[in-house]
Amino acid sequence: MSETAQTAPPTDERVKEMSSFRKSLIRPELGGICGTILVFVFFFLTARDSGMFSPAGVMNWSVVSAQFTIIAVGACLLMIAGEFDLSVGSMIGFAGMSIALLSVSFGWPVWLAITITFVLCMAIGAFNGWLVVKTGLPSFIVTLAFLFILRGLTIFAAIATTRKTIIGGVRDVAEGDWLAPIFGGKIFTGFFQWMGDHGWIETFVRGSKAGQPVVEGIPMLIVWALGLVVFGHIVLTKTRFGNWIFAAGGDAQSARYTGVPVNRVKIIMFMFTAFCACVFATAQVMEFGSAGADRGVLKEFEAIISVVIGGALLTGGYGSVIGAALGALIFGVVQQGLFFAGVESSLFRVFLGVILLLAVILNTYIRRMITGEK
Amino acid sequence: MTKPIIQMKNIEKHFGPVIALAGVSVDVIPGECHCLLGDNGAGKSTFIKTMSGVHKATKGEIYFEGNEMNFDRPRDAMAAGISTVYQDLAMIPLMSVARNFFMGNEPTKRVAGINFFDHKLANEVTMEEMRKMGINLRGPDQAVGTLSGGERQTVAIARAVHFGAKVLILDEPTSALGVRQTANVLATVDRVRKKGIAVVFITHNVRHAMAVGDRFTVLDRGKTLGTAKRGEITPEELQDLMAGGQELATLEGSLGGTV
Repeated sequence: MSETAQTAPPTDERVKEMSSFRKSLIRPELGGICGTILVFVFFFLTARDSGMFSPAGVMNWSVVSAQFTIIAVGACLLMIAGEFDLSVGSMIGFAGMSIALLSVSFGWPVWLAITITFVLCMAIGAFNGWLVVKTGLPSFIVTLAFLFILRGLTIFAAIATTRKTIIGGVRDVAEGDWLAPIFGGKIFTGFFQWMGDHGWIETFVRGSKAGQPVVEGIPMLIVWALGLVVFGHIVLTKTRFGNWIFAAGGDAQSARYTGVPVNRVKIIMFMFTAFCACVFATAQVMEFGSAGADRGVLKEFEAIISVVIGGALLTGGYGSVIGAALGALIFGVVQQGLFFAGVESSLFRVFLGVILLLAVILNTYIRRMITGEK
Repeated sequence: MTKPIIQMKNIEKHFGPVIALAGVSVDVIPGECHCLLGDNGAGKSTFIKTMSGVHKATKGEIYFEGNEMNFDRPRDAMAAGISTVYQDLAMIPLMSVARNFFMGNEPTKRVAGINFFDHKLANEVTMEEMRKMGINLRGPDQAVGTLSGGERQTVAIARAVHFGAKVLILDEPTSALGVRQTANVLATVDRVRKKGIAVVFITHNVRHAMAVGDRFTVLDRGKTLGTAKRGEITPEELQDLMAGGQELATLEGSLGGTV
C-alpha cells in the first residue's frame, strides 16, 4: 500500500485534459447565465425607450421575476431530490383563501391566520411526500390528484362560507398587524423618498401621491425571493443535507445503502415546496388585499419551467438554485418585456415552449457529458 | 488461526412457502477473503442480506465478534462495521467522486453555529484515498459517471474501508467487468484483506474466486456444501459443486472442457 501512496500516480494517457471551456459547460447554471445575458441584450436593443429600464419598469419585471423565483426555489430543490409537485398552483389558491377566510370572514388576527395557513400547507406538503414515499407511486400522479383536490376544496370553502370566490378586505384587517408587513410591506422606503426628493428617480407630479417617488421601496416579495435563493443555494451546496438531496434524487436506492434517510429528505422537500407556495400566496394576498379561489393556476408549470431553464434535470439528482433563479428571471423579464416591446402577448407562450424545449435538449446533452453516457 | 468475526450458524430464511436458505453455516475470519459461490438462485444474495441486516433470519444464530447479534436494519450492521458493496448500486453517477465518497458520512465544519459540509477536507481525503487505490482523478469534483465500472467498485470499497468496515461484503463485484477492471478489483480485494479486514466475496466465477479466496463456500439450493480452504480444492471441483455436479460434467465432455 505504501509504495503506491508515495509515488505520484502515473498520468493516464486516456484521461484527456479537459478544456476550461468544456469544464464551464458542465455547470448547471450555464444555460441560465447565457439565457439571462441574451434576454437582457435583446430587450435593451428592442425596448430601451419603452420605459422597461426606468425605475418603475425595473420594479415591474423584478416583482414578476421574484414571484417566479419564490416557487422555483422550492420546485428546484424538490426536483433535485427526484420529485415533482404539481399541486403548487392549487396550494397558492388554497393558502390565499385560507388566510382571507380566517382573517376576514372569521375575524381572527391576521398573524394567526398566516401562521395557521403555513402550518396547514406544510402539513399537506408532508402528506403529499408521505404518500409518495409510502406508496412508491410517481409524485407526478400523487400531486396531480392534489392539484384537483386542493383547487376544489378552495372553491368549495369560499362558496360555502361567503358565497363568493373572491374575498376582499384583507388589507383593512391587516392594518397594524405585525406579521403582515413581512410579506406585503416594502423596505428602504425612506431611501427611495430621499432619492425622489433629490430628483434622482421620478416622482408623481399630480394626484394624491404628488411628490412621492414612483417606486416607493423594495417590496418584501423581492426580499423573500433573494432570501430563499441564498438559503436554498447554501443548503444545497454547503451542507450535508444538501448532499442528501442530490443523493436522494440521483439514485434513491444507492443513497439508502449508504445510510442517507431518503424518505425524510423527500418529505422535507415537499414541505419546503409547500412553504414556498405559501410565501407566494401570502405576499400576493397582502399586495392585492384579496384572495381568489382561482389564484395560482398553472404556477406549478411555470415553476418547473424556470427550474428546467435553470439547468436542473427532470430525472433528479442534478441542478442549481442559482440556475432556477436565473430561469425565473428570464421568465419574468420576457413576460413583461414583450409587453413593454408591444409584442402580442400570446406570443409569450410560443416563446416559452421554444425555450423550454431548448433547455431540455441542452440539459440532456450536458448530462451525457457529465456521466460519459453515449 | 484468528477468531471468526462473524459466525453464521444454521441460518434458515423462509419467504412464505419458499425456503431460500435451509440451514447454512459460515465463519468469516479477519484478514481472509471468504468466497461465497453458487449459481443463480442458490441463495447467495439472501445469505449476505441476512448478514448485513436487510433480512432477518427465520432460524439460526449470528455471532458478531463473539456476541449474538440480531441486526434490525442495515444501518445497525453498518454501524457495527459490516459494509456491503452492491454491484450496480454503489455510486451515484451524477455526483462528484468526493460527494459520493462521503455520502451519508459527510464531514462537517462549524461556522457561526451552523454545520457546513467541509468540502475542503472531503476533497483532500478523497484524492488521497483514490491515489492509494491507484485511481487517477482529474479532480475530486469529477463525476462518478466518468469512471469505469471497476473504478466505481474500487471507490465503493475504498469508501467502506475508510469508514471503518471490519467486514466487507462484495456482491458480485466483478460480474459486469472487463478483464483489466476485474484484475483491478481483485487487487483491491487483496489489499483490503491485508489490512486485516474480513472480505466476503460473492461470485459465480470460479476463476475470480480462486484468484483471491482463502476459503470457499458453495451454496446450492439454499444449502451449503461445506467450506473448503485454499489448496484443498481445485477449480474443477468447485465448478462441479456449483453446478450440482451432474449437468456440467456431461456438458464439459461435449464442449471440450471450455466451461
